[in-house]
Amino acid sequence: MRLINLFKIAIAAIRRNKMRSFLTMLGIVIGVAAVIAMLAIGQGSNQSIRETISSMGTNLINVMPASQNRGGVQKGRSSSQTLDVADVTYLKNNSTLISAISPELDGSGQIVYGSNNWPTSIYSGNEEYSFIKKYEVESGRTYTTKEIKNAAKVCLVGQTVIENIFTDDVDPIGKTIRFNNIPFKIIGTLKEKGDNTFGQDQDDMILAPYTTVMKRLFRQTHLRAIVISAKSEEQITETSAEITKLLRMSHKLKDSEDDDFEIRTQEELISNFGSISEMMLVLLGSIAAISLVVGGIGIMNIMYVSVTERTREIGLRMSIGGKGRDILRQFLLEATLLSVLGGIIGVVFGIVTSNVVANLLAWPILITTDSIVLSFLFCTFIGVFFGWYPAKKASALNPIEALRHE
Amino acid sequence: MNKQTIIEINNLHKYYQVGDETVKALRGVDLSISKGEFVAVMGTSGSGKSTLLNILGCLDLPTKGDYFLDGENVKTLNRNQLAEIRNKKLGFVFQSYNLLPRTSALENVELPLLYNPLVSNSERREKAEQALIAVGLKDRMKHLSNQMSGGQQQRVAIARSIVNNPVVIFADEATGNLDTRTSFEIMALFQELNDKGMTICFVTHEPDIAKFTKRNVVFRDGFIIKDELIENRNNANHALAQLKEETYSFDN
Repeated sequence: MRLINLFKIAIAAIRRNKMRSFLTMLGIVIGVAAVIAMLAIGQGSNQSIRETISSMGTNLINVMPASQNRGGVQKGRSSSQTLDVADVTYLKNNSTLISAISPELDGSGQIVYGSNNWPTSIYSGNEEYSFIKKYEVESGRTYTTKEIKNAAKVCLVGQTVIENIFTDDVDPIGKTIRFNNIPFKIIGTLKEKGDNTFGQDQDDMILAPYTTVMKRLFRQTHLRAIVISAKSEEQITETSAEITKLLRMSHKLKDSEDDDFEIRTQEELISNFGSISEMMLVLLGSIAAISLVVGGIGIMNIMYVSVTERTREIGLRMSIGGKGRDILRQFLLEATLLSVLGGIIGVVFGIVTSNVVANLLAWPILITTDSIVLSFLFCTFIGVFFGWYPAKKASALNPIEALRHE
Repeated sequence: MNKQTIIEINNLHKYYQVGDETVKALRGVDLSISKGEFVAVMGTSGSGKSTLLNILGCLDLPTKGDYFLDGENVKTLNRNQLAEIRNKKLGFVFQSYNLLPRTSALENVELPLLYNPLVSNSERREKAEQALIAVGLKDRMKHLSNQMSGGQQQRVAIARSIVNNPVVIFADEATGNLDTRTSFEIMALFQELNDKGMTICFVTHEPDIAKFTKRNVVFRDGFIIKDELIENRNNANHALAQLKEETYSFDN
């Protein structure tokens, strides 16, 4: 029997029972749509987390003081005072792989301007800090080397801060604000960065020279962290190893001693959050896959009923020359066509649903070709798998009995 | 008779196992049908005529004895080969038409040719159209099977049975579901096909219908008890005209 004829027969049979075919497909449509929508949402949030982390700079390496253990008592990281400006200088002079390095200090406090006030965070570094952390100046300028050296009371302000302490038409540049009672002159504004995936407003901050923050604000000599930019993403591991080696040397640590600092790269952060969101993805995906399997059982059920109901038709087909394998192929093809058709509608439906979710709930979505191909192949497999048994049953019928069937 | 023999059966037996009991449906039947014959197989239910038709139609195999169809020994064939024989050499007409529901007459008639890989699309369409013209349904080709009367449906079924140009048509109580007038119309169609050279084997239990054939074979308890040629077979068209006259006079 020709394949094209087989298709004709199967399509004609599906069209003869439009309503039933539609209802059978519905299970697969919902299953596939669910898989695609769930994967789109899962992968979307995964992607968005990665982008957030990357926007902090993919070459970024954070060196933080390690939490210390003194006499059996674990001290928190913030109480560690193992990093200072000398380390920054030492790394800068001795490393070959670092492209930019800056000390980092941050803290929170209250800004006051005129009668307005606003709680915010202050971040600080040297002249390379903005480059490493990807802050861009919107208007005005950033602080100079001279200002860093003099611990000048200057700062750049983020958009959220501007919105909250200045009225609309006031130009913030040149104004003086007080942060924890220290006056800072605004020399520039920062470009808007928006919220990150963790919901943190990246514009709610001010940026100042680290010397100012160290000497005038917190009056401390140790650093909260050293931020470093590697020359390229590929060299991050290499660079981390070099930093470890240099810092151990400069801290004069013996081989038996643990590092008194800790290195965090963006890659680690990505893989940490990535594993959480991948777990979510697997969870969502498997719930959706269950609905696909249920849809497949629906196909089997209908095909089974269909074989019983169409027993006479099968008898007739056999009496006019249909072989057992022709009947088997016909029913198998019917089941497969139903699931493939359901799959196609499901893919469209899934993409539409994902976009509706993206628009209405403002969730990040990402529809990948992989998820479409995967769910499509899966539902085709389901069609063949669940169509097999009823088709086999149909092909094994005795034509005489089938013709007599009432 | 030097006419070509289409069907030749020798000492045919068919036994069924029903529970512990062996039912002997056919107990040694000899029959020969030549090209161009119009045979009525008659008998009461349980006489073995349906069993014979199943075997002749290559739907079942005999327990004992030989069956030659168009020179081929059917007994040696497997399931798929039997299906191929049915597809290429036989035509079936059933009591309940067995048309595919919600399917056009043309598609129903095309069905046997769909199972023959040697027939092209255009050839299939052409043959189906010719078959429908031959049964007088030229204007009803696109009609769906469930929109037709019983007589029309049976005509479609007959068109389906002749579309593959078979060596013999088997009709199983083909007029059983039809009223007298439509039955006569169908018989006229069968006579017309027979006049054109088609071999027909017609199973019926109605003597009135059997009179339209050329040869009556009567079964009882698994044996042939009578096999006679009909000298002056009834012309179905005459019978139809007569029937109309009677109805007319009755109405007035």
